[in-house]
Amino acid sequence: MQSFLDVLASSSGALLNGLMITIAVSAIAVATGIALGAVFGLALTYGGAVVSFPARMVVDIVRGTPVLVLILACFYMPAGIGLSPGPLTAGAFALAVFCAAHIGETLRGAFLAIPSAQTDAASALGLTFGQTLGYVLVPQAVRQIAPNLVNTAVEIVKASSLLSAIGVGELLLTTQEIIGRSFKTMEFYALAGGLYLAINLVIATGGAWLERRYRLR
Amino acid sequence: MGYALDFSAVLRGLDQLLWGLGLGLTMGLAGLAAGSVIGIIAALAHVFGPRPAQTMVRLYVGFIRNMPILVLALFAYFALPQFGIRFSNITTFAAVLAIYAGAYLTESFRAAMITVPHGVLDAARSIGLTGTGMALHVVLPIALRNALPSIGNNFISLFKDTSIAAVIAVPELTFQVRKINNESFRVIEVWLAASFLYVATCALIAIALRRLEAWFPKF
Repeated sequence: MQSFLDVLASSSGALLNGLMITIAVSAIAVATGIALGAVFGLALTYGGAVVSFPARMVVDIVRGTPVLVLILACFYMPAGIGLSPGPLTAGAFALAVFCAAHIGETLRGAFLAIPSAQTDAASALGLTFGQTLGYVLVPQAVRQIAPNLVNTAVEIVKASSLLSAIGVGELLLTTQEIIGRSFKTMEFYALAGGLYLAINLVIATGGAWLERRYRLR
Repeated sequence: MGYALDFSAVLRGLDQLLWGLGLGLTMGLAGLAAGSVIGIIAALAHVFGPRPAQTMVRLYVGFIRNMPILVLALFAYFALPQFGIRFSNITTFAAVLAIYAGAYLTESFRAAMITVPHGVLDAARSIGLTGTGMALHVVLPIALRNALPSIGNNFISLFKDTSIAAVIAVPELTFQVRKINNESFRVIEVWLAASFLYVATCALIAIALRRLEAWFPKF
């Protein structure tokens, strides 16, 4: 029976690869999620009935569905219309949509929390809606949602472990494969847990630093 | 492109789906109940306890909240039996859910405890309550009521997290949906149905919670 360190030495390359896929897929999902979430947030707040209603539907359905179901749905459903995205594409898409729905909702809350005197003052200055958005509303809303953004990023990293269920070779699936060969169940699940913890602590610490750095004085 | 929707496979499996939904709700409720006990104790320890207890609670919350629940579940189900700790997959997942929920609920209860108005605490002191008496008879009842909305949101996300039990072959809703998916290949219908059942259940829970909150007057 090999020792834990022997197995670790021989499988460190695979593990590192899995870790990189976890980080990359989470980063892509968060970046896409922020962009798409901004669209949702604007549509929900300033869209008027015609635009905000479909956005509301999408956001509510995504938020009411478990992430695992979103991932499985994005993986299996496209086959019905003759598409076959790989597990990585389907999984990243599912995580991005999940991220976008959450950010859209928090962004709506942040926009609504900005006192209407701010928009009044902006229009008194003759700013167009686009300028008001860019110079007045967005900077305030971003500060408001920053802590939430960090939480969402942590949630996405955690949710990326569910991609193992559709066969994406990320950290958890790689860990499971190593355990399947070496039977070092306890050690490698603990290691995987420690790595997730490390990624998330980096995100949380970095987020807290950014918040301090850009705090209004 | 001609995909004709046909829900007959879903309807044939409706019994299994609803049974799975019931199992998910049961696990969610069990996790919420046990997690609330953990959360209340940990929050009391954090707010009223000595410094070492506060540190332990902070480590527990930080550890669990940054850990994927799937890793916890796989560890509990596959690694703990090596130490002779062996339970069925349903019990294991409910226990993991309780420990997971406990960390989030600790935060909810703690937030509710530290926002109890100072006037109330002064009043408690003026009638001679100290330490434990004040914590149990004054802070806790007010905190429990004020934490209700947050507990409700926790329950909804806990119920959604029960879908992850499918990975360790607990026959709850997601597991059943995946089974019907693999048997019938009605890929669009089954996942639409799955999403609908989860969304509808979450909406119903949310409505029930609003009722509950209205029933107990806010302090």
